[in-house]
Amino acid sequence: MNTWLLIAAIGLAATSGVPALCAGPSKRWGRSLATAMQVVAATCGAAAAVLVLAGQSMPPLRVAISPLVPAMTFALDVLSAWFLLPVCVLCACASVFDLGWRAGGTRVPVFLGVLAASLMALLAAQDGIAFLVTWEAMALAAFFLVATDHHEREVRDAAWLYLATTHASTLLLVAWVGTMAWSTGSFAFTTLDPTVPAAARDGLFLLALGGFGIKAGIVPFHFWLPAAHASAPSHVSAVMSGVLIKMGIYGLARLLWLVPTPPQWWGVTLLALGCVSAFTGVAFAIAQHDLKRLLAYHSIENIGIILLGLGLAALGRATDRAELFALGLAGALLHTWNHGLFKGLLFLAAGATIHAARTRVIDRLGGLGRKMPQTAACFLIGAVAICGLPPLNGFVSELLTYLGLFSALSADGATAPLAAIAITVLAAVGAMALLCFVKVFGVVYLGAPRGSVDPAADDGGPALRAPMFVLAGACAGLGIAPFCVVPALQTVIDDWPALSDAAGGLAALAPATWISVAALALLLGLAVMLRALRLRRDPAQAARPTWDCGYVRNAPSIQYTAASFAQQFVDASRRLLLPRTHRPDLDALFPGPRRFESHVPDVVLDRLLLPALRGVAAGCNALRLLQRGRVQIYVLYVFLTLLVLLLLR
Amino acid sequence: MSVHSVLHVLIVLVLPPLLLGIVNKTKAAFAGRKGPPVLQLYWDLAKLMRKGMVISSATTAMFLAGPVVSLTGVLIAALLVPLGHHPAVIAFPGDMILFAYLLALGRFFTTSAALDTGSPFEGMGASREVTFAWLAEPAMFLGFVALARMTHSLSLSGMLAGDLAASPQVGLGSIVLIAVAWFIVLLAENCRIPFDDPNTHLELTMIHEVMVLDHSGPALGAILYGAAVKFLLFAALVIDLALPFTAGPWIDWLLFVLAAVLLAVVVGVVESTMARLRLVHVPKLLVSASLLTAFSVVFALDR
Repeated sequence: MNTWLLIAAIGLAATSGVPALCAGPSKRWGRSLATAMQVVAATCGAAAAVLVLAGQSMPPLRVAISPLVPAMTFALDVLSAWFLLPVCVLCACASVFDLGWRAGGTRVPVFLGVLAASLMALLAAQDGIAFLVTWEAMALAAFFLVATDHHEREVRDAAWLYLATTHASTLLLVAWVGTMAWSTGSFAFTTLDPTVPAAARDGLFLLALGGFGIKAGIVPFHFWLPAAHASAPSHVSAVMSGVLIKMGIYGLARLLWLVPTPPQWWGVTLLALGCVSAFTGVAFAIAQHDLKRLLAYHSIENIGIILLGLGLAALGRATDRAELFALGLAGALLHTWNHGLFKGLLFLAAGATIHAARTRVIDRLGGLGRKMPQTAACFLIGAVAICGLPPLNGFVSELLTYLGLFSALSADGATAPLAAIAITVLAAVGAMALLCFVKVFGVVYLGAPRGSVDPAADDGGPALRAPMFVLAGACAGLGIAPFCVVPALQTVIDDWPALSDAAGGLAALAPATWISVAALALLLGLAVMLRALRLRRDPAQAARPTWDCGYVRNAPSIQYTAASFAQQFVDASRRLLLPRTHRPDLDALFPGPRRFESHVPDVVLDRLLLPALRGVAAGCNALRLLQRGRVQIYVLYVFLTLLVLLLLR
Repeated sequence: MSVHSVLHVLIVLVLPPLLLGIVNKTKAAFAGRKGPPVLQLYWDLAKLMRKGMVISSATTAMFLAGPVVSLTGVLIAALLVPLGHHPAVIAFPGDMILFAYLLALGRFFTTSAALDTGSPFEGMGASREVTFAWLAEPAMFLGFVALARMTHSLSLSGMLAGDLAASPQVGLGSIVLIAVAWFIVLLAENCRIPFDDPNTHLELTMIHEVMVLDHSGPALGAILYGAAVKFLLFAALVIDLALPFTAGPWIDWLLFVLAAVLLAVVVGVVESTMARLRLVHVPKLLVSASLLTAFSVVFALDR
């Protein structure tokens, strides 16, 4: 039955754009029907995933499209079912959000459907050919979604950059699948034989690191991500950041599944990349002025946190420490869900905010919490969750990763110092994420409006709000009752091939019950405290403005901005961030108006890659000597070539 | 619930304001003043609880959520810290992370409440608070790392409640380094000199006090009380390391209270004999605290 559910899900999602196309952009029923089909598709897909996670196996489905191509196999196993659930949730939420989106055409529903279908098929792919075909479908669908507002130059640039990098990733993955087929003799995803030479396995790892690393946005392959996420419509960014980049993580997890006893340096590499990505991602996020670019950099940070768990799991397998494997993998897998949920929530809330305020520049916003309280509350939940604070879901997965790293401290050799470094990085990254989200939430939603905010801004219709409530509820639910997902995590861990012993009960390793107790105590404590303190305005006092410390000309423009809030941090880490500032020179005692600007370009794209590519382009210009644009000259080339060939014969 | 747990809760609820009173009395003695009574903070809290509040018209619900969430977070965190070598009321693997993140939750809401007022001064304080916390966090966690490695325990009670001096795996050198580093973190997290001057008159140079300028009545009471409890928690962490031996359950309680009073005097002495650092020098002191704990980790890994 779960096979039919999956087929229905993929089919419905793939065709969900058809009614929107038939109806055209002006008719509302087309988009409504498309959304309804997407929601039904997501429900079917989620049901199939839950059935598989509950222990029902899925018979493989063979698809032969042409005698030239080997038959493709599709089936869900528990690992892909785990990744499928957030895909269904986020695609449905984004599709509903699209209904409330003012500037909607038919482009987003059509390609969102294709993207959802290809994501589901990608996860179900059980051999290399099927994997590559669905991977490319996913990449192309995402390209058309990124290019939705293609009349803006910035968006076109981001889309081309995305298209180029995603094809670099596909190229590496073609080599990856080829190497795998060469070393195992078939395209099927089966556990690699121990007789496969170590060089081939290491080659597989390096190719996967490049191919999947680009998709996941691991530093230094992250350069496409901020521009693409900032330029796509917000609900598309939610899907891209929430689940699309997780396909890179899925690929790496699948590789660890195919090579169940990896060498130790794989784990070390993943841990090191995790530390670098987490730290760099959040450091650059703090320095951003664009709300969506900032969220995009946080995706890089969270990919880093997931890699820490994944690296720990690989180290656990390499050193035969079952509890490290269980805690690391559980932390990574749960954080994949959690990041999908809270980042999806943050992007949707940011989208509703931008939709209402019509600007993405953080420093032009302010005081929106009064105009759109529900959106602000949703953003707050997402912000608390992404900082990994209790009682929300981010805390649970970070705690699992921390616990795994702390358990690794008792190991011998290089594992313990590495774990110590990773713990310190994770702690610093948590504090930096807090800095960043206090900044965003405080500057955008609190305080007084900074002038250019649309006075008519409000929460928007139910189609904008309902998906946010669903995601916020999921964040709270997973944070308060994490014991609900422990059995599913255990299923994924137990399913791992070539496990020497049952990897310890996760239920015994993870303090899920204590997390619930703490979360409930916190909520109960808040309720009691609110009653006990009797917080109320003194009725004898009239409404007063904020105490201005004796400064008589108080104005909203003297509030701390995002740039000033982050200035101390940006100054302290200027060696990494390399900010560009244009300071005014104050030449007289009473200078006139002056401008100050500062921005932080991406260190890989703007400082390394683009200058290098410009150099290559300049070099290629020399070849244009040959290209004269006259037919006679080209005929001369043909003649000369023939002459040379004749002489050589 | 054992009698020790009851005592734990009682000490957490009752003792903190006294410690701040002792700090102030010590400072007054150094300055040659009589100073406010040791119990002044209790009277202040009682008075504030009976008052109404003035709330700025610029604020939202976040303004009141700040004090409420941070006080609740600190009180729950207080259940996780072992006092005087008695295991805490709640102990489970990973509770040190819950402890650190509950305090961070309080920081999130306190600083957001400061930004909610729309005042540039409060924004300044919030910015400094989160930036310095970023530098203090590694010192805390590196201390946890060294202790976890030496005691093979993943909970605060397992790390700190045992008889550390008697345990063969625990190096006293590491313990001393962590204790010194955590004392620096105590001064930073509780906004004492040399990081912040609780009595300064200039808003431009404040960190914590400037964030709560607009709070009044019960909300201000909650902030003052929460700050006092936080002081006790960090004091407990330092005391558990500074007195790394047990001498019987009841004597331990007595020793703990005496040590807490002594630590308050020490903080008073530090505040009286040092000047507040310039803000640009604050990160350097916090980084040196992290380095001290990093050395303790190296020693712990070597054992």
